[in-house]
Amino acid sequence: MPSYVILEKCDGCKGQDKTACMYICPNDLMVLDKEKMKAWNRAPEMCWECYNCVKICPQQAVDVRGYADFVPMGASVVPLRGSEDIMWTVKFRSGQVKRFKFPIRTTQEGKAEPLAGYSTGTEDIKSPVLCTEPASTGAAELPTLKK
Amino acid sequence: MANFETVVVDTDLLIIGGGMSACGAAFEAAYWAKKHGLKVTVVDKAAMDRSGAVAMGLSAINQYIGYAKGKNTLEDYVKYVRQDLMGISREDLVYDIARHVDSSVHLFEKWGLPIWKDAQGEYVNEGRWQIMINGESYKVIVAEAAKNAMATLGDKGEILERVFVVEPLMDGDKCIGGVGFSVRENKFYVFKAKATIALMGGAVHVFRPRSVGEGLGRAWYPPWNAGSTAYFTIRAGAEMTCQEVRFIPVRFKDGYGPVGAWFLLFKSRAVNAMGEEYMVTRANELPKWAPYGLAKPIPANLRNWLGMEDVYSGKGPIFMKTEEAIANLAAKYKDDPKAFKKKMKELESEAWEDFLDMTISQAILWAGQNIQPEEKPSEIAAAEPYFIGSHSGASGAWVCGPEDAMPAEYRKQWEPIGVYNHMTTVKGLFTAGDGSGASSHKFSSGSHAEGRIAAKGAIAYILDNNTAPTVDDAVVEQMKKTILAPLDRFQEFAKMSSDPDINPNFIKPKMFMFRLQKIMDEYCAGVSACFTTNKALLDRGLELLGMLKEDHEKLAAEDLHELLRCWENTHRMWIAESHLRHVMFREESRWPGYYFRADFPDMDEANWKCFVNSVWDPKTGEWTMKKVPVVNIL
Repeated sequence: MPSYVILEKCDGCKGQDKTACMYICPNDLMVLDKEKMKAWNRAPEMCWECYNCVKICPQQAVDVRGYADFVPMGASVVPLRGSEDIMWTVKFRSGQVKRFKFPIRTTQEGKAEPLAGYSTGTEDIKSPVLCTEPASTGAAELPTLKK
Repeated sequence: MANFETVVVDTDLLIIGGGMSACGAAFEAAYWAKKHGLKVTVVDKAAMDRSGAVAMGLSAINQYIGYAKGKNTLEDYVKYVRQDLMGISREDLVYDIARHVDSSVHLFEKWGLPIWKDAQGEYVNEGRWQIMINGESYKVIVAEAAKNAMATLGDKGEILERVFVVEPLMDGDKCIGGVGFSVRENKFYVFKAKATIALMGGAVHVFRPRSVGEGLGRAWYPPWNAGSTAYFTIRAGAEMTCQEVRFIPVRFKDGYGPVGAWFLLFKSRAVNAMGEEYMVTRANELPKWAPYGLAKPIPANLRNWLGMEDVYSGKGPIFMKTEEAIANLAAKYKDDPKAFKKKMKELESEAWEDFLDMTISQAILWAGQNIQPEEKPSEIAAAEPYFIGSHSGASGAWVCGPEDAMPAEYRKQWEPIGVYNHMTTVKGLFTAGDGSGASSHKFSSGSHAEGRIAAKGAIAYILDNNTAPTVDDAVVEQMKKTILAPLDRFQEFAKMSSDPDINPNFIKPKMFMFRLQKIMDEYCAGVSACFTTNKALLDRGLELLGMLKEDHEKLAAEDLHELLRCWENTHRMWIAESHLRHVMFREESRWPGYYFRADFPDMDEANWKCFVNSVWDPKTGEWTMKKVPVVNIL
């Protein structure tokens, strides 16, 4: 269905102005029903199954059921995303379960340092050398075309 | 008119979009803007952490040159792109992106992106240009660096999320910003800027996809890419190039999981129902597309074409021999059961990560079909057409190249308005990534690098043209009325019908999209037409598109979400028309695995080894088509 909300687990992000899933959905699909205090996916057929709502939900209240028009029933793929890695549980239609863990980042969340310690070789706004270059290219100077 | 507050944002540089190229632009712009005391505003229709084509993550970076260590040269890359696009590419742009892309990749690594390393500490190559990553959080990390860079500007760095920019704001022939609306509250936004960079990605759902039920959203490229960059540049009057060069990916069937790792890293074969490899049995087709068909690597579109010929002659399905590839890779450990088991486990994990990092649906599909790649093969198929100038497609705006590499023949076009890297043919309007044409194979990393190039070009333009934009308030008020009209239309007419979607006075955005998709699919070489068309079909398609264009003034929206969809689908309609006109103008078949002109079934090097460029004139509404010579820089 793409993503759907497990009613029992969703708490509508406790009535804040927007839910985590509304905040993150790249396709503007997740909506909060303020009367029921439950989020829902308003257009499952426009869902890319990007799982961003699933990964971000503080209640683990969002799941994905594979597209019904071509995926046989019974499978599930569930992530558990931490600050350094992500654990995936893949359940097959046959009932078999596989688990995978992959790293997601090597730095602390929020700490990406834009210039990353590289200096910039020019102040000239008309030069093709970009900020952090040439140091960040690894070469002594930015190549130019040998005409 | 619907009651919307008008919010005016004055800025120096406006960056529209939030994907890889917009993050690159914001990062680079922040550095130069800070030096020169300029303000930068970034506007994204979604949340930057997870917007754009890399929102889900990626399992590989497809452009890395490694020139500092002598792995490859920039010249090699220019020749590679020339070959893949059948001779048609802006080599100055390709060269420029290639010399900056390694810098972006090295920054990604410092920012925290895990890149696979071998025992010597070198990046692990998937193919010659591709490196493997643990890329679940690729976009989060790149967006974080962009936001941190913007934060160094203090109150001169501004990021607005959930604001959809619909239309360029013009002062005569100069772009001075854009207008749009919040998709969260009743606010109409007017951005006044000295320079604007349009970075809203390519286009999906212009053509009817193979899955039309719930799986409609399972496009290969994300469904939120609605052709907004092309619309913005076309409507500003910018010259467009290669709008005919769509891209059709061959991927694992239905889930659209990536095949790159299987072909390049795992060395897998693809075979038809008879066990034949179409790249071998149909090799006799390749000389017809010489010189490109005879050189290596064989262009993506020709590989598509040979597979399509197999399918059309009833030899499907096509299978990726995953089980054979894994067995081959593990074979050298076969005498050591412990090492063999370890290797098999490692390969299995790599195979699943390839999907889980970037196409989770394919993992669900494999699990749903009980497919384990080490046990049985998996179907692959050609998807539907997409507009993605950053991949093996080439659609986009015709932009200025770098001073040191741009041929004089191209340069002269910018001399009257200013030579600024990545400026379109409209003053003050820049673009990159899926927005700039004829510079294919930049992918995620090259798009980031190209966003940076465009940002530096735009800041240089602002410093030379530092005058506050003049905006005609009456024009803005009229734009507001037009943009909000679908809300008014719904309010005016909805009460007369029992069904909010069925009403003789209006059309809802979803059916509008389906109507567009049906026209494009059936008349302009979509899936159901076997990617084939001719002049008569295109004429009829254009006629039907004309009526759709009239009916776009009957679009209706119940709420802000539908208003977003109304305008996204209008954007799709414009890129569709531009595409169809380019396909019609080019009287040959050059990229047969992308589309085939049945009335001109051959490639015609003598007459058509050139770019097809077009301009829509905002004053007259007329389209002008022209041929532009390809100038090789090597």
